[in-house]
Amino acid sequence: MIRSEILRDIAPILRDQLVVCNIGLPSQELHMIDDQPTNFYMLGTMGLSSSIGLGLALAQDKTVISIDGDGSVLTNLGTLPTIANNVADNYILMIIDNGSYGSTGDQPTYAGKKTSLTAVARACGCENVVECQDVDAGKVLQAAIDSKKMTVIVVKCDSGNIKLPVITMDPVVIRDRFMTAIKA
Amino acid sequence: MSIDKKIVDDLVANDISFVTTVPCKQLAGVIEEVEARPEIFHIPSNKEDEGMGLCAGAFMGGKRPAIIMQNTAIGVTINTLATLIQYYRMPLPMLISYRGELREPVACQVEMAVHTKALLNQMNVPTYHFHKESDVDELDAILKYTFMCNKPVAILTDASFWGGYGDQ
Repeated sequence: MIRSEILRDIAPILRDQLVVCNIGLPSQELHMIDDQPTNFYMLGTMGLSSSIGLGLALAQDKTVISIDGDGSVLTNLGTLPTIANNVADNYILMIIDNGSYGSTGDQPTYAGKKTSLTAVARACGCENVVECQDVDAGKVLQAAIDSKKMTVIVVKCDSGNIKLPVITMDPVVIRDRFMTAIKA
Repeated sequence: MSIDKKIVDDLVANDISFVTTVPCKQLAGVIEEVEARPEIFHIPSNKEDEGMGLCAGAFMGGKRPAIIMQNTAIGVTINTLATLIQYYRMPLPMLISYRGELREPVACQVEMAVHTKALLNQMNVPTYHFHKESDVDELDAILKYTFMCNKPVAILTDASFWGGYGDQ
């Protein structure tokens, strides 16, 4: 499976949760598949999906899922020790690991070579780290939500993209809609 | 009252309850004070752009955030300021140690000091420079201004403000 197929698969689970979605194609795909006010789309700032999600989880009680990519986590690798040392049991980091920089043309990442983000997350001190295959992403995500324990999920999948339009929604509208949904 | 305590009192009085920090020798006392206050959740970050991401999330979750960092971090955070904090219009007080100013013992710090105000100016970030100890009296008004206008705002605090570096 490629990332867009995984997102389509887990969309029914995501729709009831607060979701911070990574820049580029992941946000465009989620926006096309199931646009929700509970989705925060990143239009820029590669690497910060996990940080924004952690800050949000620490600030309020609802479950927060950060959807990130292997390339973006590698860009902001310092996020994993921060996550490990500031446990928020309403926080799930889902890294869709296709071993490539999808939004820029599928150039390979080091996570697709010798580097295991699962092992890195564990070495950083994250206590609940689950690596799974694409077909199991929904099951593992639901289990993580139900566990009410901070969880890092690394979903191994194929690289590949679908053609789709950019998000034209104004960032302040995305943010305001999201904040209203958080308070609801 | 110590300057560190006065600064953190102002943060608390303005309902700032989520503070991320990247250390600096000059800011050590403030960071210690932030860590000690039960009203504030203190979360050290490994890099300042990561810290701004944490602050963005905390703000959307209903908390007033702040970041404490060195001016060298302006070089690290230009993209995050432009595409996250400013683009989504979020407030962010940035208490910044202004290294490389008068009394600076480390020459390399001057290399970023000479760019600091120019970069902040280019980014249209409202910038205040604390040089004398009494300048801290404006902090409360600066914090209110930040959350009124929903912008990142820089407070540069130089070595003269902090009373020098002591014996070098």
